[in-house]
This record gives sequence, structure tokens and C-alpha cells, in this order.
Amino acid sequence: MDNLKNQNVLLEVKNLTVEVEGKRLLRGVDVVVKEGETHVVFGPNGSGKTTLVNVIMGLPEYTVVEGDIIFRGNSILDWNITRRAKTGIGLAFQHPPVVEGVSLGVLLKTMVPEKKVSEEIVKKINMEDYLEREINVGFSGGERKKDELLQLLAQSPQLVMFDEPDSGVDVDSIKLMVKIMRQLLQKNKPIRERKNSGIIVTHSGVILEEIHADKGYVLVDGKLLCSGPPLDIFDQVKKHGFERCIKEAHEN
Amino acid sequence: MKDALRKPTKIEKMDENLKKEISGLDRVGFDTKGKTKRSGSFLITNDKTTTAESKEEKLIVMPLAFGIQVYDWINELRFSLVDSNKDEYTKEVASKKEIIGSFIYLKEGAKIKEPFQSCFFLHGQGFKQVLHNIIVLEPNSELNIITGCATGNLVSVGSHIAVTEIFLKEGARLTYTMIHDWGSESVVYPRAAIDVGKGATLNSNYIALTKVKEIQSNPTAFLADRASVKFNSIIFGKAGSKFDMGARGILNGENGNCEIISRVASKNCKTILRAYIEGNAANTKGHTECNGLLLDDRSSVKAIPELKANNIDTSLSHEASIGKIAGEQLNYLMSRGLNEDTSRALLIRGFLEKGIEGLPPSLKKKVDKLIEIAASSDSV
Repeated sequence: MDNLKNQNVLLEVKNLTVEVEGKRLLRGVDVVVKEGETHVVFGPNGSGKTTLVNVIMGLPEYTVVEGDIIFRGNSILDWNITRRAKTGIGLAFQHPPVVEGVSLGVLLKTMVPEKKVSEEIVKKINMEDYLEREINVGFSGGERKKDELLQLLAQSPQLVMFDEPDSGVDVDSIKLMVKIMRQLLQKNKPIRERKNSGIIVTHSGVILEEIHADKGYVLVDGKLLCSGPPLDIFDQVKKHGFERCIKEAHEN
Repeated sequence: MKDALRKPTKIEKMDENLKKEISGLDRVGFDTKGKTKRSGSFLITNDKTTTAESKEEKLIVMPLAFGIQVYDWINELRFSLVDSNKDEYTKEVASKKEIIGSFIYLKEGAKIKEPFQSCFFLHGQGFKQVLHNIIVLEPNSELNIITGCATGNLVSVGSHIAVTEIFLKEGARLTYTMIHDWGSESVVYPRAAIDVGKGATLNSNYIALTKVKEIQSNPTAFLADRASVKFNSIIFGKAGSKFDMGARGILNGENGNCEIISRVASKNCKTILRAYIEGNAANTKGHTECNGLLLDDRSSVKAIPELKANNIDTSLSHEASIGKIAGEQLNYLMSRGLNEDTSRALLIRGFLEKGIEGLPPSLKKKVDKLIEIAASSDSV
């Protein structure tokens, strides 16, 4: 982590407090992600993990009550989704919607008009047979996750957020997915040359064995608790569940 | 009659402006440049037959007035399916002294691979086109007709009234695709009926993606034993247009099957989608489906499905859904960096394209392109 101390800050989430229809989902969340860093967010169901990445992406159903989101030095709270995406924020959705009538090929062509680029990306992820298919129509859980990564490869964002990228994915596919996630996060480059950063929301430690992450947090009831080395946190969660983390936070 | 009987004016002999306009008719599927293979062509410009040709021996194409001279049985067919007293428009067609329109006749057993193209073209502001068309497919013949209806580029006002009667004899198969591109102030009143004989098949596709003042159409298919009919409509109504569209299937023979499927995206457009299926015989099936996509508050889509079962062994069903673009889908596309307009256009295109799945591959590509243009050129 020391190697990253001089890196520029890419994302700063300051005291972020978020509500949906009067229900508070995030309570004063602070996160600083530097260029090249990967952060992992753990937490029980309904703790606010998906809310955090969705709010950074700019999905409109959330109300930011307090706080700010700074990306590349600019407050992006007033930016719509497109502007955020174009500036370098990308999200692999936990439950991407079915988009009837729009084929994956047409979407990729619209995102990346240079045909060659999109063809190369599709080959890389073995999804040639999916191009004619409507987005997520009849896709299995694993296929949807793979499709999310394919679209992110085409989008090529600097901040890559993965919401439960490994849920519903079989062991063989996870290998390929990890490979693509590493590519999106520039894990094959020397640390100092990495510009891309990641936020991974996960329940499972499997991908953490393959993708080195720099910081981990536990999110409980909308609050960030227990930050530290991701694998240590994951070990704690495996052994004691989230209870110990909650207890420690209360004691502190 | 005399004028209608004269030889069609060759396109080459037309004035440059008209020639240019006609060469642009490929937007409604009428190819004058020979880019796509066609088994024949028929073109009426205003009230003049400009082209009437067939490349196939067994495919007879001529102005209806001329056909009546050659085949005396045509007179028995005229107004045998469409009642001449049905409304003011059929009355107008019936009362016209000079018969303008097409006669397409395919002989028994002929299976024509290349599509036949016809076009009804309004050139000149304010012209009123009054037509009568008759199509006859003899037993076990097959034909694919693409009909384009359009106004010239500088024409916004015009009217098109047409009676079309189609006779499909036993085992005949017709794919009939109509693409409309009328002027913004045009009024269009087609009146059509189809006699679908034993074991005959009709696949009818209707595509309208541009502004029009008003279109009102509700063709009726009468189905004999084992006959099969599918009416498929794709409409993108916009800018104050009014569409009153529908189809009717009367299942008179046993084991008949009729489907009426409509998709309409509506932006500042009032649309009525009608579907009527009547089951009068055993082992018949009918299904109607209407999908409406509302794009603004000025639009309305009214679906009127009607099912009438007169036989205990008929099975009829309908489904309809009308709604707006799903915010979840819009946000998803925007999260990939597409702006809101592009995302909307992509979703509208996707919605309409769902309706062309049954088209022949060559036409599918063409309609796909038309939909892409219609969806993206509009600031939706």
C-alpha cells in the first residue's frame, strides 16, 4: 500500500448520507480511492453495499441528503449517469435488467462504433454467440455477469465498480471473470503505472485470492466499519460473521 | 378507361424531378435501380400507371382496367369481398368511372422466389388517389409482395383511398408487406379484404414509421379450412399523427389459425389498435397481441381487442400491454456512456424491432434499417 501513497486520489466519498423514500440507506460514509487501488466492501444483505455503488454511478432513485462525491477533483452529485460514465465511472450491475429488442451487438456498436475494437473484446471473453441475442433475455446468472464485464471492457472506465461479480457464476467461469477483472483493474501493470481503480462488492473471498485488493471495509446498516486488509477482514467474517465487527465498532 | 389502358409511361421518359423522386422510393421498398432482385414491378404515380412488368411467365401484372378486358371473370371479383356501400370511401372507389389500380395474377403452382414490388405514389400537392387493386393467387402458388405507399419529398398534403381485394386459392401462400411513408398532411383510407382458401397462408406485415395526418385501415381475412393468417403491424406514430389500425380474422373453416400482432410507439400521436377474431368452426385458433409504448403525455394508445366464439371448439385469446420506457433500462444504457436520447432511441428501436421477427430475412434487414433511422432521427 505504501507504493500507492503518492498516487492521485481518484474518488472521494465524503460523509455520504443517502435515502430512498425517506428510508436512510447510507449514514455518513467516507471512502478515498486512489488511482491504482482496489477496495472491497463486505457486509450483510441490506447493509447498503449496492446503494453505495449505485449512488456513485448516479442512479436516480436515491436522494443524497448530505455529503459529496468527488471524482477526479470534481463534485459529481449534479451529474447525470451518462456524464459520470463518460468521465470514467463504470458499474457491473448486481442484477442487470433485461433489455428486450436490443441485441448485445447493437449496444456494443453504439458504445464503441469502431467495429474492430468491439470484435476483439468479444473474442477475448468468448461471447461471439451472444451478439445477436437481446441483452440478458434468457441469460443465466453467470452469463449476465459475463455480459456485464464485456460491456465494461467496451466502456473502459477508470473507476470500475463490481457489484457481486461472482454470485451465481460457476467455478470455471470465475477463472475467466477474474482474468477480465484483473485486466479492467490493470493488475498486470506495475503498481505505479496503474491508473484504474476498483470497488468490489462481494460476499465471497474466492475472487480476493486472485485479485489483490488494497483496502477492505464492512458496511453495516449504512455505516462503514472495520476497515483493514481485505483478506484479514474476510477471515474475520468467515470465522465470526459480521457480529464481531459490529461489536468492536460499538466498543470504539 | 382509355387513359388507364394506355401503355405505362416509362420512368426514363419522365421529367428529371419526378425521376429523382421515384428513384428515392427504395425507402418504401420500391427499387428502381435494380439493386435488389424483383420478380416484377407495378407503380402508380397519382392516377397514372408508370410501371407494370413481370419477369416471370406465370406472374401476370397489369393495370386493373386492362385486366378486366383480358379476363372477364375479374368483374365478378370486384367488390365481392369489400362491400361497395361499406362507407364513403368504398362508395367513391365504386363510383369512379375510370378504374385505376393494379391486377396481380399468379398462375397455379407457380412459386416465385424473388419479391414482387408495387408502389402507390402521390406526386404533386393535394392529389387524391382513388384505387382498386385485385390480387389473385391460384392454387399452390407462392408470392411475396412488397408494397410501398409514399408521397413525394415536397408533398405534404394528399389523400389515398384504395380498395384491395385478395384471393388466395387452395394451398396458396402470400407474404404481403406494406410500408407507408405518407406526407405529414396526408389522409389514407385503405379498405382491404382477403379470401384465404383451404390450406392457404397469408402473412401480412404493415410498417408505418413517419408522420401522417390520418390513416384508417382494418382489413378482414376470411379463413377457410386449414387456412392460416398472421397480421403483423409496426407503427411509430409521431408529430400529431392519427392511426386507427386493425385487422379482422373470420375463422370460417375448420383448423384455421389467425394471429393479429401490433406494436406501436407513440410520440404525440393518437393510436387506436383494433383486433377482431371470430371463431365459427371447430379446431380454430385465434390470438391477438397489442404492445404500446407511450413516449410522452400528448400520446394515447387505445387497444380494442374483440374475440367472438361461435363454436365450442374454437380457442381465442388476447393480450395487451401499454406502458412507457422502463427507467431501469434507460439508466442501464446511460451507465454505459450513451446519452439519454441515444438510449431512448435504442429502446424504441428495440421495441419496434421485436415486431419484425417474422419477416423474410431480406426484408427484415431493410425494415431494421428503416426503424433505426426512424428511431434515431427523432428527438425522442
